[in-house]
Formats: sequence, structure tokens, C-alpha cells
Amino acid sequence: MKLSARGFKIAVMAVVLGVGAGVMSAYVAAQPTEQVIKVSAKKFAFTPNTITLKKGVPVVLEFTTEGVLMGFNAPDLGARADIVPGQATRIRIVPGKIGRFTFFCDIFCGAGHEDMTGMITVVEPA
Amino acid sequence: MKQNRRDFLKLVGLGGVVFASGLGDIAGAADKAAAKTAAYDDFFFVQLSDTHWGFEGPPNPDAKGTLRKAVAAVNSLSEQPDFIVFTGDLTHTTDDPKERRRRMAEFRDIVGELKVKSIRFMPGEHDASLDKGEAFQEFFGKTHYTFDHKGVHFIALDNVSDPAARIGDDQLEWLATDLKQQPHDARIVVFTHRPLFDLYPQWDWATRDGAKAVDLLLPHPNVTVFYGHIHQEHHHMTGHIPHHAAKSLIFPLPVAGSQPKRAPLPWDPAQPYKGLGFRSVEAEVQKAEYVITERPVQKG
Repeated sequence: MKLSARGFKIAVMAVVLGVGAGVMSAYVAAQPTEQVIKVSAKKFAFTPNTITLKKGVPVVLEFTTEGVLMGFNAPDLGARADIVPGQATRIRIVPGKIGRFTFFCDIFCGAGHEDMTGMITVVEPA
Repeated sequence: MKQNRRDFLKLVGLGGVVFASGLGDIAGAADKAAAKTAAYDDFFFVQLSDTHWGFEGPPNPDAKGTLRKAVAAVNSLSEQPDFIVFTGDLTHTTDDPKERRRRMAEFRDIVGELKVKSIRFMPGEHDASLDKGEAFQEFFGKTHYTFDHKGVHFIALDNVSDPAARIGDDQLEWLATDLKQQPHDARIVVFTHRPLFDLYPQWDWATRDGAKAVDLLLPHPNVTVFYGHIHQEHHHMTGHIPHHAAKSLIFPLPVAGSQPKRAPLPWDPAQPYKGLGFRSVEAEVQKAEYVITERPVQKG
């Protein structure tokens, strides 16, 4: 589902990350109070490429890109989405387990594609 | 997936590492392999993979020579294979379409020195993902196809021309149609570039809809898959179907998850070409068995 907001289309996906791969996803709107972390995807890096989240605290990752289609995939967190040029792609996640989880671009986008990786670290809430 | 029977038997010696893979009398096949007699009177083919022509960098100081050495090694086999298959990443990716074609032309010229002229080419994501296989097809033909050889039905599946690593519904339908035309017990060998199963998705070692292809293949009792992409020998079962990954001819990659990043293993000057190689595959058609012999780039 695509929502029109702030002058561009926003795709919003909610992902609840639970222990034992208990993943639920659906397209829903982010709650107004939730933190939104903006992530830029461009050839050939995510910025930022290290993200720290708190277990059990919902957050929205908002991806944008220019030029070519890219992907966000964090297999251990059961989260992935296409990052479409000209759109903001939102993924709402609720980390259910602590640890360090790799993410990467999973749509081959050019000569440096294989370097497009990052790390999500989930910590206990303070 | 848990392996509850001994589907693979590893033998060491005779200048290589030999795996017997299949559904029949494995011990019998191993005895024959060890004896190295004329027991394998069916045929054999050679698999080369991930040559990445055009790559330059410290992981392989002989990047311009390794492929030629592999060609020479294949040509020096005492018996020549019935055919040779390249399971993708013939060239290293480039954003420049002209350079991509130049690399493919050079690759084609080099492998043109192979004595065996029956060569099957497949694309990897480095060859095909940036232009949906357009340049590859100009030089090497279709990206997915079938052929039959001495009682074995070979299927080349393309899981790289889609940059999202999907086989796609059209090709899956093509596969389903082809399989329906085969006898239930047909000897089927599948060539592909990426693993059809989730080997390690964290490093993109998977095919997004690979499980659909495996589901189509599972009703057939005699199926074996050979692939590349992961730059190392690897063996895995999905149900009764063995999947065999081949070494690269440019640089080896680490074991899945053994280090934080999927970075090439460093070149070892004391052991040049370590971790690189190609394989020969003896097909014993009646038993639907395939004996794999891993071979080095250079005899050492």
C-alpha cells in the first residue's frame, strides 16, 4: 500500500521482530510518537550503515534512494523491502531480541553492490 | 536440513577429492572410484565457475593468468570430457556496458582454447544482473535452457538476470512444463548459479524464489544440482536432492558466517591458487550417481 504524505509516496511496512523468527508484517501507518531513522541508500553505501535499536521499542526505518532500485534485507530480523527511487520506504520494526544483525542491499545495483552492507545492533533498553 | 543417510562419501587420493553423490549403491560407486578402473563407462563433464574475468586486486595477483591456467589444466586431462559447463560469473561486473562486452569477448577468446568445443555457458549476477542478461545473450546465447546427453536431462536455470535474484514466474512455469514432459524417474541434472536453497541469506547466498524450483523438482527421484556463486566446495541436501557448489577460479570466499563480512580470503604466496579449482563429474547414468573430483588450477 502506498500512502501520500509530505509530498511523496511512502510505503510503510511494520515488522515485529521476535525471538524464534516470530515475524509479523503488514502495511500500517507509523505511530506519531515513534522514532523515525532516515537511511539513505546510494551507490554503494547505506548512510548510516550502523543502527542501534532498543529491544521492544518500536522504530521506523525510512529509506530513500536516487537513481536505481535498491533493496534492504536483514534476514535475521525478517525484514526486507524494495527501495524505490523517488519514494520513501518505511519499515516499522519492534526488535524482539538483542544482538548484531547484518543488513545489505539485495538488488544488484552496480559494481560496488557487494559492499552495500550495514549492521543493526539491538540492545536492552536503558 | 538434517541428513539422515549417508548420501555423500568422501575419498581422498588419486590427485583430487572425490564425492559420490546419488541415490543408488553409494558404496559400490566409491569402490569403483577408488579403483579408478574403466567402471565409469558412461560419460563425464567438467564444471568451471566464477572466473570473474576482469577482476583485479590483491585476492588474486594472477587474475589475468588463472583462467588460462585452468584452460590448460582441462586440456591436459588424460581423457577429455564430453562437455564443459561454466556456471556463471564468467566476468567481473562493471557499470560500463562496453567494458562488460569487452570482458565477455576476452573471456570467450580464452575459453576458445579449450580442446572440447561443446561448452555450455550460464550467467552469474556479475554478468547479467545490470542489463537483465542482454550482453550475455549476445555472446553466449540463452540464459536458461535444457539439453539431453546420453540419458541425462540437463536444465540450466537462470536466477541472476533478475537483479533481485528471482527465477521468476515465467521461468518457473517453463520449468514445470519441461519437467512434466520427463519420465518420473528421469535422470535430471540442474545447473544454476546461485544456490536454490537458503544457504546463507545474510551474505545473499540464496535465490528468493528458489524453494519454488526445488518444490517442482522434488517429485522426481533422480535430481542433482550443480551451482557456483559461493566460491567454495559445498554439499547440501534438500530432501533427496543433492546440491553441489563449485570452487571459483578467481578467489575463494570464507565459509558462511565464519567472519563478519563476505570478503575474499587473502592470497597466500606460499600456496598460490589455494582454494581455487574446477571439478570433473562422472555420470553413471543407470544409477543416477555422480562422482565429483575436485581438481586444482595447477598441479602442485
